[in-house]
Amino acid sequence: MVDFGFGLVPSSRINLDLFDKDKYEELAAVEPDVRICMACGSCTAVCTAGKFSTTSLREAIEDIKNAQPAKAVEMLQACQLCGKCSMVCPRGINTRHLILSITKTYSTK
Amino acid sequence: MTPLFHLLAVQAADPEVIDRIPSGYSHFVIPFTIGITFMLCWIGVGCIRLLAAIPQSDRLKFWKSLFLPKTIIKNLKDLFGDCLLHVKIWQRKPLLGYMHSAIAFGWFMLIVLGHIEVALFVPARLNVTRGGLFYPIFYRYFVWMNPGHTTLRGSFFFFLMDFFLLYVLSGIALAMFKRFRSIVLGMRHTTKPSLADRVALYSLWMIFPLRLLAESFTADLSGGSFLTVGVNHFWHLLFGDKLWFTPCWWAYSICLGLFFAAMPFSRYMHILTEVLWILLRNAGIQPHHPRKGVAEAEIYACSSCGLCLDACPMNVQKKNLKYSSVYFIRFLRRHNEKKINAIADKCLMCDKCHALCPVGVDAPALRRAQRATVNNSLPYDYSYLPSACAGQLSEQKVLYFAGCMTHLTPRIIKAVDRVFKAAGVEYAFADRDGGICCGRPLMLAGKTEAASKVIEANKKLIVESGCDTLVLSCPICYKIFKDEYHLEGIKVVHYTQFINDLIASGKLKVEKIDEKIVYHDPCELGRGCGVYYEPRAALGQAGTLVKASKEYDESVCCGGSLGSLTLDTRDRARISESSLEILLAEDPETIVTACPLCLKTFSEAVSNSRLPRKNVAVKDFAEVFCR
Repeated sequence: MVDFGFGLVPSSRINLDLFDKDKYEELAAVEPDVRICMACGSCTAVCTAGKFSTTSLREAIEDIKNAQPAKAVEMLQACQLCGKCSMVCPRGINTRHLILSITKTYSTK
Repeated sequence: MTPLFHLLAVQAADPEVIDRIPSGYSHFVIPFTIGITFMLCWIGVGCIRLLAAIPQSDRLKFWKSLFLPKTIIKNLKDLFGDCLLHVKIWQRKPLLGYMHSAIAFGWFMLIVLGHIEVALFVPARLNVTRGGLFYPIFYRYFVWMNPGHTTLRGSFFFFLMDFFLLYVLSGIALAMFKRFRSIVLGMRHTTKPSLADRVALYSLWMIFPLRLLAESFTADLSGGSFLTVGVNHFWHLLFGDKLWFTPCWWAYSICLGLFFAAMPFSRYMHILTEVLWILLRNAGIQPHHPRKGVAEAEIYACSSCGLCLDACPMNVQKKNLKYSSVYFIRFLRRHNEKKINAIADKCLMCDKCHALCPVGVDAPALRRAQRATVNNSLPYDYSYLPSACAGQLSEQKVLYFAGCMTHLTPRIIKAVDRVFKAAGVEYAFADRDGGICCGRPLMLAGKTEAASKVIEANKKLIVESGCDTLVLSCPICYKIFKDEYHLEGIKVVHYTQFINDLIASGKLKVEKIDEKIVYHDPCELGRGCGVYYEPRAALGQAGTLVKASKEYDESVCCGGSLGSLTLDTRDRARISESSLEILLAEDPETIVTACPLCLKTFSEAVSNSRLPRKNVAVKDFAEVFCR
């Protein structure tokens, strides 16, 4: 069948087959805190940059687990590293280092 | 000794000092000459390479600074104070200061006086082609004192030389003692020496006892004073009339040679390199790279003394000792990339190591530069900034900028508002509905370029508001607004300064109540911006100010600092606890701080603490003035 470039399924479809376990372990090695996030969204609620753009650490972590790292990296580019998220995180996640580590690990540039 | 009598006969004028060895050379000087030549070549090449590596404009600035009267005076003051007398160590730990200055200043005086003696008595020998490199060092070996013609001048120098030798020896004795029980000299932790350090250290220990041995063996020929002549009599008692002194001079020369040969690879290079660093520092040149140019001078100026070990807040736990500035600089020197990055990321950037460093090595700045090599190139997208920072013209002359962290602790905003209302200050609130970050956290993380974008956006917002005074309640913001924003015509003040002015001018009435208050110096405000006096002056009006066991530039980070990238919550909690203990030294009822981060950290630490005092209140500075 000829592919006309149209599809019924949006590109945001979650495909866990694409999940890169090695890359995730690489990230968890530099910042193990990524494993303990419980996706409460406190970070997103206080985010300085989130007020002006659609950025969310909670979502970025979910995106990585859902095999969409490019989306996560894109989203975290708005971050100003102000550290409010680290202050409110109930799990005590070192959010600033996690954000830097996600960008370092998954950035294609 | 026949040549001696022969010489005496020839020199009818009977000078005070006679060349005992007419050639002015003996084989024993070889080890010393090799060592010192190697070291001098090494440092000469190093200096040229270093100066070549700094940008042209900085180099010009450096040369110019050497001729400006103001910097000349400062240079002289710092070279004497920091390199020779070690004033900064004296002030903190007198015994340690004595030890360092005894070795540095004592040795310096021995070298200078030795050269003056040669210049006075056998001036021809100062010429390099006639042994000028080694002759003044081994002067006592080469000369014979004419006993019939001792003068006051000669005896004066004998006394000085012996005095300074004794002075150095007392320093060396303390240094040896320090190896075994450093706490007596005021150091809990000391640096672990590397191999080259050990070689240089043990030869340094040996140099001066051997010098005493050598000079005392020859004292009956070449003269001496209370020390060398006294010891000389003792040798005569022990060994009889004939003293065989050449081996002593050989040993002395070998130790000197060994020391100078090991020097470039050891901590002792700081003896010479700190001179260069002080000159560069006073010229106001900043490092652009963590390893090249000025940074290299800084790295080699580190004496590895380890004063930063006890200063570092992370070192409440022994496992964190390896992240101290002294090891950071050691690994930078060795180009150990992996370790450098791990250490650079761990630091809380409280700046205490920099404030207390005897030679002012700015390790936090080097850590920031190191972080930038990794993080500055990470992608960022701040296209939303223009919409976030649409400037609004305001009629008020006072603009208050709360900052991200203050928005997390709105009690500060409320307190500031009440204080301003009570004092009748009309103000505009720059980020009432939330603004953007000041850029300091990005800067601390090494994302310098991203930080400059944020700074630009905020600057526009502030300039367009038309204010003439900008008040900040967060020291992190204050630091970067003061250092990087360059807001011409706008007075940037921290709210502690602003409120203190309000009290001083009588606009804000303060009622003094019977409350014991301790003030915690936030790192960015105290060491970062030098604001120590204003908060204390204001608090003194509101209650009884008691002391913490460590204050001013000795104060310890609360543990909540944004500076660290990798320090985890448990380690931070340990720091908070020890910092709390320091504040509670005199049993205060209230802890007052002037930073939203410290406020939150201490509030949590008090409730979690295992300390018996749980009823101590933690307040923000502004809250004290709106009771």
